[in-house]
Amino acid sequence: MVQLSEYDERLLSGAEGKAKQLAMQVMLKAAEVSGAPCLIDVSLAHVNSCFYSGEVGVDFAEFLLAEGGTVAVPTLTNVGLIDLLHPELRPEKSNEAAVKGAKRLMAIYEQLGCEVVWTCAPYQLKKRPGLGDQIVGSESNAVAFYNSVLGARTNKYGDFLDICAAVTGRAPLAGLHRDECRRGEILFRLADIPMALRQEDIFYHVLGIVLGWESGSQIPVIDGLPATASEDQLKAISAAGAASGSVSLFHAVGVTPEATTLDDAFQGGKPDRVVDISPQMLIKARDALTNSTAGKLGAVCLGTPHFSYTEFQQLVPLVEGRKVHPEVNFYISTSRFILDQVREKGWLAIIEQAGIRMIVDTCTYFTPVVNGIQGRVMTNSGKWAYYAPGMLKLGVVFGSMQECVESAVRGDVWRDEQLWSGEFWGRAAV
Amino acid sequence: MKLQGKVLNAGSASGDVLVLDEPLSFWGGYDPETGTIIDQQHPQVGAVMTGKIVVMPGTRGSSGTPGVLGESLRLCTGPAGLVLNKPDINVTAAALVVSTLYDMHCPVVALDETAFRTLHARTPISIEADGSVTQQA
Repeated sequence: MVQLSEYDERLLSGAEGKAKQLAMQVMLKAAEVSGAPCLIDVSLAHVNSCFYSGEVGVDFAEFLLAEGGTVAVPTLTNVGLIDLLHPELRPEKSNEAAVKGAKRLMAIYEQLGCEVVWTCAPYQLKKRPGLGDQIVGSESNAVAFYNSVLGARTNKYGDFLDICAAVTGRAPLAGLHRDECRRGEILFRLADIPMALRQEDIFYHVLGIVLGWESGSQIPVIDGLPATASEDQLKAISAAGAASGSVSLFHAVGVTPEATTLDDAFQGGKPDRVVDISPQMLIKARDALTNSTAGKLGAVCLGTPHFSYTEFQQLVPLVEGRKVHPEVNFYISTSRFILDQVREKGWLAIIEQAGIRMIVDTCTYFTPVVNGIQGRVMTNSGKWAYYAPGMLKLGVVFGSMQECVESAVRGDVWRDEQLWSGEFWGRAAV
Repeated sequence: MKLQGKVLNAGSASGDVLVLDEPLSFWGGYDPETGTIIDQQHPQVGAVMTGKIVVMPGTRGSSGTPGVLGESLRLCTGPAGLVLNKPDINVTAAALVVSTLYDMHCPVVALDETAFRTLHARTPISIEADGSVTQQA
């Protein structure tokens, strides 16, 4: 039985309106299902229900709006289907129901009182939660990043759950909200992986895919990442691990806040399982992210999750004074907040002069497909490469940021031979 | 044999069975228009869930699972019922919202791991409102 507070009871009674009543019923059901003793207050929510997956989402949002369902805590919106600054990227004629529904949904979430940041990387905004903060995350990469890199606490609250938690300001005291459920369970060691590879960005995407495949619903602990691993690299693990599997929290010894030592990560306990990551495991995951080995390069897509300020910083010297091939469409998706910073820094002019187009509020791998994304598409995002073949029915090539830029300029896929040699990945030279 | 499960969303249904060997992300891995699994990395890619009792070891990946599963249930392309091996708040949310908005009730039941493993696709399964799951051997 779930112990209800006075506040919970009042909302359930309908005294605060039908929307708050239904939202509390949903949270109570989630608490019962997850065996939570009670509900707890949350200080922040990031919601995915603003993303159009069908009319059910619009119908639910219309009900909340009509019945007084405004949010009770600061609530940030995930990406929507539409770039509201460039709506022509997904014209209505491409899928009228989806585009119209998406615009209506995004408008409703603004009226419900959300801060319409439209980003899947809310942790790249100015304000972000701290160690131990009880919050509500939804977008899977952000759940993993919030839990792992910032030490905030959330479960993966999907559509409907996320906005019901935001409308009530409450979440079940279960799962990753609780100390004992954050204990590491599987130890992944990197002893067989060359140090040089551990410095490369693409390693973090590929490692995330492996963690997703291997961890099931258990919590992985990585031993062997360089202490200098950047937030962008940890974002890559979060996004890929939450796409190929269900990684909602990972610990990295000496890197993430709850794993200063190996012992901390396991809360003094022992790992249930130890996995020595082999070069073959990494190469298998890496190669699974490329499903096309021939054909014309049609587009390059970066920014899944949204490109960060430091990723732009990495990109500018690679594109300055160069020109993307006229037959290649090069898109980068980011948040308006980051775009403003990039503009102020003078980088936007350099990037756009190179022929690269910026997208905000959404992402390039949703359907209906953004015009210009056809043929083989190259990306440096493990998450993009994981989902795109199923959703866009396209040829996908996974590579480093530098390989993506070089290929876009040349108009064909270019490989950094050294980066793809067997030795570099730790496989004994054949 | 008759197995007793935990009711995540009440309802009764019976039908042919589709067993998934791996968890599924409904968002990005399933097309609600046709009820088909589209995740290229999933062992049951191409399988159709419409009208089936789907036996699945939970979900993975995106937080968009409830929206996509809910839309599929609304369009009647979705499963007739779901049997899981552990409670799943996201599948529960989808079924609960569809029940509330449209008075359409897709039963969702969670069995424990051992009971779950006895289910197969050779004969139909029926789910009762009390959470019992019955299948001929």
